[in-house]
Amino acid sequence: MSHDAGGDTTGEIAGDVAASLGRRPLPLPDNVSAPYWEAAARGEVLYQECPACGHRQFYPRALCTACAAEPEWRPASGRGTVHTFTVIRQNWAEPFRDLAPYVVAVVELEEGPRMMTNVTGCAPEDVHIGMPVEAYTIAVEDGLGVPFWRPAPTD
Amino acid sequence: MAAIRDGQCDTVLMTYGSDLLSRQGRTLGSKGHFGRSSRVPGPAQYEAPYGNVLIGAYAMAAQRHMHEYGTTPEQLAEIAVAVREHAALNPDALYRDPITVDDVVSSRMIADPLHKLDCCVISDGGGAVIMTTAERARDLRQPPAFVLGTGGAQTHWQISEMPDFTATGAAAAGAEAFRQARVTPADIDTVQLYDSFTITVLLLLEDLGLCPKGEGGRFVASGALRLGGKLPLNTDGGGLSCTHPGMRGIFLLIEAVRQLRGQAGPAQVPGASLALACGSGGWLSCIGTTILGRDAP
Repeated sequence: MSHDAGGDTTGEIAGDVAASLGRRPLPLPDNVSAPYWEAAARGEVLYQECPACGHRQFYPRALCTACAAEPEWRPASGRGTVHTFTVIRQNWAEPFRDLAPYVVAVVELEEGPRMMTNVTGCAPEDVHIGMPVEAYTIAVEDGLGVPFWRPAPTD
Repeated sequence: MAAIRDGQCDTVLMTYGSDLLSRQGRTLGSKGHFGRSSRVPGPAQYEAPYGNVLIGAYAMAAQRHMHEYGTTPEQLAEIAVAVREHAALNPDALYRDPITVDDVVSSRMIADPLHKLDCCVISDGGGAVIMTTAERARDLRQPPAFVLGTGGAQTHWQISEMPDFTATGAAAAGAEAFRQARVTPADIDTVQLYDSFTITVLLLLEDLGLCPKGEGGRFVASGALRLGGKLPLNTDGGGLSCTHPGMRGIFLLIEAVRQLRGQAGPAQVPGASLALACGSGGWLSCIGTTILGRDAP
Protein backbone atom coordinates (compact mmCIF):
# COMPACT_ATOMS: atom_id res chain seq x y z
CA MET A 1 0.00 0.00 0.00
CA SER A 2 1.24 3.45 -0.76
CA HIS A 3 0.37 6.86 0.50
CA ASP A 4 -0.27 9.51 -2.11
CA ALA A 5 -0.60 12.78 -0.29
CA GLY A 6 -2.58 14.28 -3.11
CA GLY A 7 0.19 13.44 -5.56
CA ASP A 8 -0.29 11.83 -8.92
CA THR A 9 1.52 8.50 -8.99
CA THR A 10 -0.79 6.40 -11.13
CA GLY A 11 -1.44 8.50 -14.18
CA GLU A 12 -4.22 10.71 -15.29
CA ILE A 13 -7.17 8.98 -13.62
CA ALA A 14 -5.62 8.97 -10.16
CA GLY A 15 -4.70 12.58 -10.74
CA ASP A 16 -8.36 13.38 -11.36
CA VAL A 17 -9.27 11.60 -8.14
CA ALA A 18 -6.82 13.63 -6.12
CA ALA A 19 -7.87 16.87 -7.72
CA SER A 20 -11.57 16.30 -7.10
CA LEU A 21 -11.44 14.79 -3.63
CA GLY A 22 -11.76 18.05 -1.76
CA ARG A 23 -14.94 18.85 -3.67
CA ARG A 24 -16.56 15.47 -3.08
CA PRO A 25 -19.00 14.66 -0.29
CA LEU A 26 -16.70 13.67 2.58
CA PRO A 27 -17.24 11.69 5.77
CA LEU A 28 -18.20 13.33 9.03
CA PRO A 29 -16.05 11.29 11.43
CA ASP A 30 -17.67 10.15 14.67
CA ASN A 31 -16.43 8.32 17.77
CA VAL A 32 -16.45 4.98 15.97
CA SER A 33 -15.20 6.04 12.55
CA ALA A 34 -12.53 8.59 13.46
CA PRO A 35 -9.68 6.04 13.83
CA TYR A 36 -10.48 4.69 10.35
CA TRP A 37 -10.25 8.09 8.67
CA GLU A 38 -7.22 9.09 10.75
CA ALA A 39 -5.46 5.89 9.69
CA ALA A 40 -6.22 6.64 6.05
CA ALA A 41 -4.63 10.07 6.49
CA ARG A 42 -1.46 8.18 7.57
CA GLY A 43 -1.67 5.81 4.59
CA GLU A 44 -3.32 2.84 6.30
CA VAL A 45 -6.60 1.02 5.71
CA LEU A 46 -8.18 -0.50 8.82
CA TYR A 47 -10.91 -3.04 9.40
CA GLN A 48 -12.31 -4.45 12.64
CA GLU A 49 -11.83 -7.87 14.19
CA CYS A 50 -13.59 -9.18 17.26
CA PRO A 51 -11.20 -10.43 19.98
CA ALA A 52 -14.00 -12.58 21.43
CA CYS A 53 -15.27 -14.47 18.37
CA GLY A 54 -12.86 -13.59 15.57
CA HIS A 55 -15.53 -12.03 13.34
CA ARG A 56 -14.13 -9.44 10.93
CA GLN A 57 -16.28 -6.52 9.83
CA PHE A 58 -16.57 -3.40 7.75
CA TYR A 59 -18.01 -0.78 8.00
CA PRO A 60 -16.71 -0.05 11.54
CA ARG A 61 -19.15 -0.29 14.42
CA ALA A 62 -19.11 0.09 18.18
CA LEU A 63 -20.01 -3.59 18.59
CA CYS A 64 -19.20 -6.85 16.86
CA THR A 65 -22.16 -7.65 14.59
CA ALA A 66 -21.75 -11.36 15.38
CA CYS A 67 -21.45 -11.38 19.19
CA ALA A 68 -21.75 -7.75 20.42
CA ALA A 69 -18.27 -7.69 21.99
CA GLU A 70 -16.08 -4.64 21.42
CA PRO A 71 -14.15 -5.04 18.16
CA GLU A 72 -10.47 -4.13 17.69
CA TRP A 73 -8.82 -2.34 14.76
CA ARG A 74 -6.56 -4.31 12.43
CA PRO A 75 -4.45 -2.93 9.57
CA ALA A 76 -5.43 -4.39 6.21
CA SER A 77 -2.69 -5.76 3.96
CA GLY A 78 -4.00 -3.50 1.22
CA ARG A 79 -4.54 -6.45 -1.10
CA GLY A 80 -7.99 -7.37 -2.34
CA THR A 81 -10.14 -8.29 -5.31
CA VAL A 82 -13.03 -6.62 -7.08
CA HIS A 83 -16.21 -8.32 -5.77
CA THR A 84 -18.52 -6.33 -8.02
CA PHE A 85 -18.46 -2.96 -9.78
CA THR A 86 -20.18 -0.61 -12.15
CA VAL A 87 -19.08 2.17 -14.46
CA ILE A 88 -20.95 5.37 -13.60
CA ARG A 89 -21.59 7.15 -16.89
CA GLN A 90 -24.08 9.72 -15.64
CA ASN A 91 -23.99 11.64 -12.37
CA TRP A 92 -25.17 15.22 -12.48
CA ALA A 93 -23.69 16.03 -9.07
CA GLU A 94 -20.45 17.99 -8.96
CA PRO A 95 -17.63 17.06 -9.11
CA PHE A 96 -18.61 13.62 -10.43
CA ARG A 97 -20.29 15.07 -13.49
CA ASP A 98 -16.89 15.86 -14.96
CA LEU A 99 -15.24 12.60 -13.82
CA ALA A 100 -17.66 10.20 -15.57
CA PRO A 101 -17.12 7.54 -16.72
CA TYR A 102 -15.55 6.24 -13.51
CA VAL A 103 -15.64 2.95 -11.64
CA VAL A 104 -17.53 2.41 -8.39
CA ALA A 105 -16.68 -0.99 -6.94
CA VAL A 106 -17.09 -3.14 -3.87
CA VAL A 107 -13.67 -4.56 -3.06
CA GLU A 108 -13.18 -7.64 -0.90
CA LEU A 109 -10.12 -7.33 1.33
CA GLU A 110 -7.97 -10.44 1.45
CA GLU A 111 -8.92 -10.48 5.15
CA GLY A 112 -12.59 -10.87 4.19
CA PRO A 113 -14.55 -7.65 4.77
CA ARG A 114 -15.80 -5.62 1.79
CA MET A 115 -15.80 -1.88 1.19
CA MET A 116 -17.00 0.53 -1.48
CA THR A 117 -14.38 2.43 -3.42
CA ASN A 118 -13.34 3.76 -6.79
CA VAL A 119 -10.95 1.63 -8.81
CA THR A 120 -8.58 4.13 -10.44
CA GLY A 121 -5.40 3.96 -12.44
CA CYS A 122 -6.81 1.96 -15.34
CA ALA A 123 -9.47 2.32 -17.99
CA PRO A 124 -12.99 1.47 -16.76
CA GLU A 125 -13.17 -1.22 -19.47
CA ASP A 126 -10.24 -3.06 -17.88
CA VAL A 127 -11.98 -3.57 -14.52
CA HIS A 128 -13.52 -7.01 -13.96
CA ILE A 129 -14.86 -9.10 -11.11
CA GLY A 130 -12.01 -11.00 -9.43
CA MET A 131 -9.43 -8.43 -10.50
CA PRO A 132 -6.57 -8.12 -7.98
CA VAL A 133 -6.37 -4.58 -6.60
CA GLU A 134 -4.26 -2.71 -4.06
CA ALA A 135 -5.22 0.08 -1.71
CA TYR A 136 -3.78 3.56 -1.60
CA THR A 137 -4.91 6.57 0.35
CA ILE A 138 -5.17 10.28 -0.24
CA ALA A 139 -4.97 12.73 2.66
CA VAL A 140 -7.64 15.43 2.55
CA GLU A 141 -6.88 17.28 5.76
CA ASP A 142 -5.49 16.62 9.23
CA GLY A 143 -7.09 13.41 10.53
CA LEU A 144 -8.96 12.63 7.34
CA GLY A 145 -7.74 10.50 4.48
CA VAL A 146 -9.74 8.49 1.95
CA PRO A 147 -8.80 5.02 0.70
CA PHE A 148 -8.94 4.18 -3.00
CA TRP A 149 -7.95 1.05 -4.90
CA ARG A 150 -6.10 0.46 -8.17
CA PRO A 151 -4.93 -2.57 -10.15
CA ALA A 152 -2.35 -4.61 -8.23
CA PRO A 153 1.14 -4.78 -9.77
CA THR A 154 1.45 -7.90 -11.88
CA ASP A 155 4.96 -8.92 -10.77
CA MET B 1 -53.67 -5.93 8.72
CA ALA B 2 -52.78 -6.95 12.28
CA ALA B 3 -54.73 -3.96 13.63
CA ILE B 4 -57.87 -5.03 11.75
CA ARG B 5 -57.43 -8.67 12.72
CA ASP B 6 -57.00 -7.71 16.39
CA GLY B 7 -60.11 -5.53 16.33
CA GLN B 8 -58.27 -2.25 16.94
CA CYS B 9 -59.90 -0.78 13.85
CA ASP B 10 -62.22 -1.84 11.02
CA THR B 11 -61.08 0.07 7.99
CA VAL B 12 -57.70 1.47 6.96
CA LEU B 13 -56.88 3.80 4.08
CA MET B 14 -53.38 3.45 2.65
CA THR B 15 -52.47 6.21 0.26
CA TYR B 16 -49.46 7.54 -1.57
CA GLY B 17 -48.86 10.44 -3.90
CA SER B 18 -45.80 12.20 -5.27
CA ASP B 19 -44.96 14.96 -7.75
CA LEU B 20 -41.45 13.65 -8.34
CA LEU B 21 -41.41 14.42 -12.07
CA SER B 22 -42.79 17.95 -11.72
CA ARG B 23 -40.47 18.68 -8.83
CA GLN B 24 -37.22 17.07 -9.95
CA GLY B 25 -37.35 16.28 -13.64
CA ARG B 26 -35.90 13.25 -15.36
CA THR B 27 -32.51 12.79 -13.74
CA LEU B 28 -32.60 9.00 -13.72
CA GLY B 29 -31.87 9.16 -10.03
CA SER B 30 -28.36 10.24 -10.83
CA LYS B 31 -28.14 13.53 -9.00
CA GLY B 32 -26.01 11.86 -6.36
CA HIS B 33 -27.02 10.96 -2.85
CA PHE B 34 -25.58 13.92 -1.07
CA GLY B 35 -25.54 17.65 -1.23
CA ARG B 36 -22.59 19.46 -2.71
CA SER B 37 -19.44 19.42 -0.58
CA SER B 38 -21.42 18.06 2.36
CA ARG B 39 -20.04 16.13 5.31
CA VAL B 40 -21.90 12.84 5.53
CA PRO B 41 -22.62 11.20 8.90
CA GLY B 42 -23.52 7.62 9.82
CA PRO B 43 -23.00 4.48 7.76
CA ALA B 44 -23.30 6.46 4.50
CA GLN B 45 -19.98 8.19 5.27
CA TYR B 46 -18.14 5.08 4.03
CA GLU B 47 -19.73 5.43 0.58
CA ALA B 48 -19.99 9.21 0.34
CA PRO B 49 -16.64 10.02 -1.33
CA TYR B 50 -17.00 7.58 -4.19
CA GLY B 51 -19.77 9.06 -6.34
CA ASN B 52 -22.12 6.11 -6.48
CA VAL B 53 -25.69 6.74 -7.64
CA LEU B 54 -28.92 4.81 -7.13
CA ILE B 55 -28.61 3.03 -10.47
CA GLY B 56 -25.02 2.09 -9.65
CA ALA B 57 -26.19 0.12 -6.63
CA TYR B 58 -28.53 -2.01 -8.74
CA ALA B 59 -25.92 -2.23 -11.47
CA MET B 60 -23.46 -3.84 -9.05
CA ALA B 61 -26.06 -6.51 -8.24
CA ALA B 62 -26.65 -7.08 -11.96
CA GLN B 63 -22.92 -7.31 -12.65
CA ARG B 64 -22.47 -9.94 -9.96
CA HIS B 65 -25.50 -11.93 -11.17
CA MET B 66 -24.07 -11.96 -14.69
CA HIS B 67 -20.72 -13.10 -13.31
CA GLU B 68 -22.13 -15.94 -11.22
CA TYR B 69 -24.94 -17.18 -13.46
CA GLY B 70 -24.14 -16.02 -16.98
CA THR B 71 -27.18 -13.75 -17.13
CA THR B 72 -27.05 -11.57 -20.24
CA PRO B 73 -28.05 -7.95 -21.00
CA GLU B 74 -30.50 -9.35 -23.56
CA GLN B 75 -32.22 -11.47 -20.91
CA LEU B 76 -32.61 -8.46 -18.63
CA ALA B 77 -33.90 -6.46 -21.59
CA GLU B 78 -36.71 -8.96 -22.13
CA ILE B 79 -38.20 -7.79 -18.81
CA ALA B 80 -38.45 -4.22 -20.10
CA VAL B 81 -39.90 -5.45 -23.41
CA ALA B 82 -42.61 -7.53 -21.70
CA VAL B 83 -43.61 -4.70 -19.39
CA ARG B 84 -43.76 -2.23 -22.31
CA GLU B 85 -46.05 -4.63 -24.15
CA HIS B 86 -48.41 -4.41 -21.18
CA ALA B 87 -48.09 -0.63 -20.98
CA ALA B 88 -49.33 -0.46 -24.58
CA LEU B 89 -52.67 -1.76 -23.27
CA ASN B 90 -52.92 0.93 -20.59
CA PRO B 91 -54.04 4.38 -21.78
CA ASP B 92 -52.65 5.89 -18.56
CA ALA B 93 -49.11 4.54 -19.09
CA LEU B 94 -46.35 7.08 -19.68
CA TYR B 95 -44.64 5.11 -22.47
CA ARG B 96 -46.73 2.90 -24.78
CA ASP B 97 -44.76 2.45 -28.00
CA PRO B 98 -43.45 -1.10 -28.42
CA ILE B 99 -39.73 -1.70 -27.84
CA THR B 100 -37.44 -4.61 -28.70
CA VAL B 101 -34.58 -6.27 -26.87
CA ASP B 102 -32.27 -4.52 -29.32
CA ASP B 103 -33.80 -1.14 -28.42
CA VAL B 104 -33.02 -1.78 -24.75
CA VAL B 105 -29.43 -2.96 -25.17
CA SER B 106 -28.64 -0.19 -27.63
CA SER B 107 -30.10 2.55 -25.42
CA ARG B 108 -27.58 4.72 -23.60
CA MET B 109 -25.54 3.00 -20.88
CA ILE B 110 -26.18 4.70 -17.52
CA ALA B 111 -24.29 2.45 -15.09
CA ASP B 112 -22.86 -0.74 -16.56
CA PRO B 113 -24.58 -3.09 -17.24
CA LEU B 114 -27.84 -1.11 -16.94
CA HIS B 115 -29.03 0.89 -19.93
CA LYS B 116 -31.53 3.71 -19.93
CA LEU B 117 -34.36 1.32 -20.84
CA ASP B 118 -33.39 -1.00 -17.97
CA CYS B 119 -34.45 1.85 -15.65
CA CYS B 120 -37.92 2.82 -14.47
CA VAL B 121 -39.54 6.04 -15.58
CA ILE B 122 -39.82 9.15 -13.44
CA SER B 123 -43.41 10.32 -13.14
CA ASP B 124 -45.95 11.96 -10.90
CA GLY B 125 -48.65 9.72 -9.52
CA GLY B 126 -50.60 8.42 -6.61
CA GLY B 127 -52.95 5.73 -5.45
CA ALA B 128 -54.99 4.42 -2.57
CA VAL B 129 -55.96 1.06 -1.12
CA ILE B 130 -58.73 0.47 1.41
CA MET B 131 -58.46 -2.47 3.77
CA THR B 132 -61.31 -3.67 5.89
CA THR B 133 -62.80 -6.80 7.41
CA ALA B 134 -64.18 -9.56 5.20
CA GLU B 135 -67.55 -8.99 6.86
CA ARG B 136 -67.60 -5.27 6.09
CA ALA B 137 -66.43 -5.94 2.53
CA ARG B 138 -69.38 -8.23 1.81
CA ASP B 139 -71.79 -5.46 0.77
CA LEU B 140 -69.35 -2.98 -0.76
CA ARG B 141 -69.83 -1.82 -4.33
CA GLN B 142 -66.63 -3.51 -5.49
CA PRO B 143 -65.79 -7.18 -4.98
CA PRO B 144 -62.94 -7.51 -2.48
CA ALA B 145 -59.59 -9.20 -2.91
CA PHE B 146 -58.43 -11.15 0.13
CA VAL B 147 -55.02 -10.79 1.74
CA LEU B 148 -53.88 -14.38 2.13
CA GLY B 149 -50.33 -13.87 3.31
CA THR B 150 -47.67 -11.20 3.89
CA GLY B 151 -43.98 -11.21 4.68
CA GLY B 152 -41.20 -8.68 5.11
CA ALA B 153 -37.42 -8.94 5.43
CA GLN B 154 -34.37 -6.68 5.44
CA THR B 155 -30.85 -7.88 4.65
CA HIS B 156 -28.83 -4.64 4.71
CA TRP B 157 -29.13 -0.91 4.22
CA GLN B 158 -26.02 0.47 2.48
CA ILE B 159 -25.46 -1.34 -0.84
CA SER B 160 -21.82 -2.08 0.04
CA GLU B 161 -23.11 -4.17 2.97
CA MET B 162 -25.34 -6.40 0.83
CA PRO B 163 -24.41 -9.88 2.09
CA ASP B 164 -24.94 -11.55 -1.30
CA PHE B 165 -25.28 -9.29 -4.33
CA THR B 166 -27.35 -11.91 -6.13
CA ALA B 167 -29.92 -12.53 -3.36
CA THR B 168 -32.50 -10.34 -1.61
CA GLY B 169 -34.75 -10.52 1.44
CA ALA B 170 -37.50 -11.76 -0.90
CA ALA B 171 -36.35 -15.29 -0.10
CA ALA B 172 -37.44 -14.85 3.52
CA ALA B 173 -40.34 -12.48 2.84
CA GLY B 174 -41.73 -14.74 0.11
CA ALA B 175 -41.42 -17.92 2.14
CA GLU B 176 -43.37 -16.33 4.99
CA ALA B 177 -46.12 -15.02 2.69
CA PHE B 178 -46.48 -18.41 0.96
CA ARG B 179 -46.57 -20.19 4.34
CA GLN B 180 -49.38 -17.95 5.58
CA ALA B 181 -51.32 -18.18 2.32
CA ARG B 182 -50.88 -21.97 2.12
CA VAL B 183 -50.13 -21.79 -1.58
CA THR B 184 -46.95 -22.40 -3.60
CA PRO B 185 -45.16 -20.30 -6.23
CA ALA B 186 -46.58 -22.60 -8.93
CA ASP B 187 -50.13 -21.55 -7.92
CA ILE B 188 -49.61 -17.83 -8.67
CA ASP B 189 -51.43 -16.51 -11.77
CA THR B 190 -49.82 -13.07 -12.08
CA VAL B 191 -47.03 -11.14 -10.35
CA GLN B 192 -46.71 -7.42 -9.73
CA LEU B 193 -43.04 -6.88 -8.87
CA TYR B 194 -41.26 -3.61 -8.15
CA ASP B 195 -39.45 -3.02 -11.45
CA SER B 196 -37.22 -0.14 -10.41
CA PHE B 197 -34.70 -1.74 -12.74
CA THR B 198 -34.84 -4.90 -14.82
CA ILE B 199 -32.42 -6.62 -12.42
CA THR B 200 -34.81 -5.99 -9.52
CA VAL B 201 -37.44 -8.15 -11.22
CA LEU B 202 -34.95 -10.91 -11.99
CA LEU B 203 -33.77 -11.12 -8.38
CA LEU B 204 -37.32 -11.04 -6.98
CA LEU B 205 -38.49 -13.80 -9.35
CA GLU B 206 -35.66 -16.05 -8.20
CA ASP B 207 -35.84 -15.23 -4.51
CA LEU B 208 -39.62 -15.67 -4.37
CA GLY B 209 -39.13 -19.18 -5.80
CA LEU B 210 -40.99 -18.37 -9.03
CA CYS B 211 -37.99 -19.81 -10.88
CA PRO B 212 -34.81 -21.53 -9.59
CA LYS B 213 -31.90 -19.38 -8.33
CA GLY B 214 -29.67 -18.42 -11.23
CA GLU B 215 -32.29 -19.41 -13.82
CA GLY B 216 -33.97 -15.99 -13.92
CA GLY B 217 -32.38 -15.01 -17.22
CA ARG B 218 -33.54 -18.11 -19.05
CA PHE B 219 -36.96 -17.92 -17.36
CA VAL B 220 -37.68 -14.37 -18.51
CA ALA B 221 -36.26 -14.99 -22.01
CA SER B 222 -38.84 -17.77 -22.44
CA GLY B 223 -41.59 -15.15 -22.62
CA ALA B 224 -43.08 -16.27 -19.30
CA LEU B 225 -43.66 -12.69 -18.16
CA ARG B 226 -45.83 -11.63 -21.11
CA LEU B 227 -49.62 -11.80 -21.18
CA GLY B 228 -50.39 -15.32 -22.37
CA GLY B 229 -47.17 -16.55 -20.75
CA LYS B 230 -46.80 -18.60 -17.61
CA LEU B 231 -46.56 -15.66 -15.21
CA PRO B 232 -47.67 -12.27 -16.59
CA LEU B 233 -45.71 -9.44 -14.92
CA ASN B 234 -46.74 -5.86 -14.17
CA THR B 235 -49.83 -5.90 -16.34
CA ASP B 236 -50.33 -2.14 -15.87
CA GLY B 237 -47.02 -1.36 -17.56
CA GLY B 238 -45.02 -1.29 -14.33
CA GLY B 239 -42.47 1.23 -13.21
CA LEU B 240 -40.49 0.58 -16.38
CA SER B 241 -43.19 2.05 -18.64
CA CYS B 242 -46.30 3.19 -16.75
CA THR B 243 -45.58 5.16 -13.60
CA HIS B 244 -42.90 5.57 -10.96
CA PRO B 245 -43.27 8.60 -8.71
CA GLY B 246 -40.41 7.52 -6.45
CA MET B 247 -42.09 4.58 -4.73
CA ARG B 248 -44.24 1.94 -6.36
CA GLY B 249 -45.66 -0.36 -3.72
CA ILE B 250 -49.20 0.97 -3.86
CA PHE B 251 -49.45 0.42 -7.62
CA LEU B 252 -48.40 -3.21 -7.21
CA LEU B 253 -51.32 -3.80 -4.83
CA ILE B 254 -53.78 -1.87 -7.00
CA GLU B 255 -52.95 -3.83 -10.15
CA ALA B 256 -53.05 -7.15 -8.26
CA VAL B 257 -56.56 -6.28 -7.03
CA ARG B 258 -57.68 -5.22 -10.52
CA GLN B 259 -56.57 -8.60 -11.87
CA LEU B 260 -58.39 -10.53 -9.15
CA ARG B 261 -61.57 -8.52 -9.72
CA GLY B 262 -61.40 -9.21 -13.44
CA GLN B 263 -61.17 -5.46 -14.10
CA ALA B 264 -57.84 -5.31 -15.92
CA GLY B 265 -59.44 -4.83 -19.34
CA PRO B 266 -57.27 -5.90 -22.29
CA ALA B 267 -54.46 -6.76 -19.82
CA GLN B 268 -56.65 -9.23 -17.91
CA VAL B 269 -55.06 -12.56 -17.05
CA PRO B 270 -57.93 -14.97 -17.73
CA GLY B 271 -59.31 -16.51 -14.55
CA ALA B 272 -56.70 -14.90 -12.28
CA SER B 273 -57.40 -16.10 -8.74
CA LEU B 274 -54.01 -15.65 -7.04
CA ALA B 275 -51.75 -12.62 -7.41
CA LEU B 276 -48.46 -11.79 -5.76
CA ALA B 277 -47.20 -8.25 -5.15
CA CYS B 278 -43.62 -7.68 -4.04
CA GLY B 279 -41.91 -4.38 -3.33
CA SER B 280 -38.22 -3.64 -2.83
CA GLY B 281 -36.95 -0.66 -0.86
CA GLY B 282 -33.65 1.07 -0.34
CA TRP B 283 -30.93 -0.55 -2.42
CA LEU B 284 -32.45 -4.05 -2.66
CA SER B 285 -32.38 -3.67 1.13
CA CYS B 286 -35.88 -4.47 2.36
CA ILE B 287 -38.61 -6.50 0.75
CA GLY B 288 -42.35 -6.72 1.36
CA THR B 289 -44.47 -9.46 -0.17
CA THR B 290 -48.27 -9.79 -0.27
CA ILE B 291 -50.26 -12.68 -1.70
CA LEU B 292 -53.83 -11.79 -2.64
CA GLY B 293 -56.69 -14.10 -3.56
CA ARG B 294 -59.98 -13.68 -5.42
CA ASP B 295 -61.76 -16.10 -3.13
CA ALA B 296 -62.23 -15.91 0.63
CA PRO B 297 -59.69 -18.10 2.45
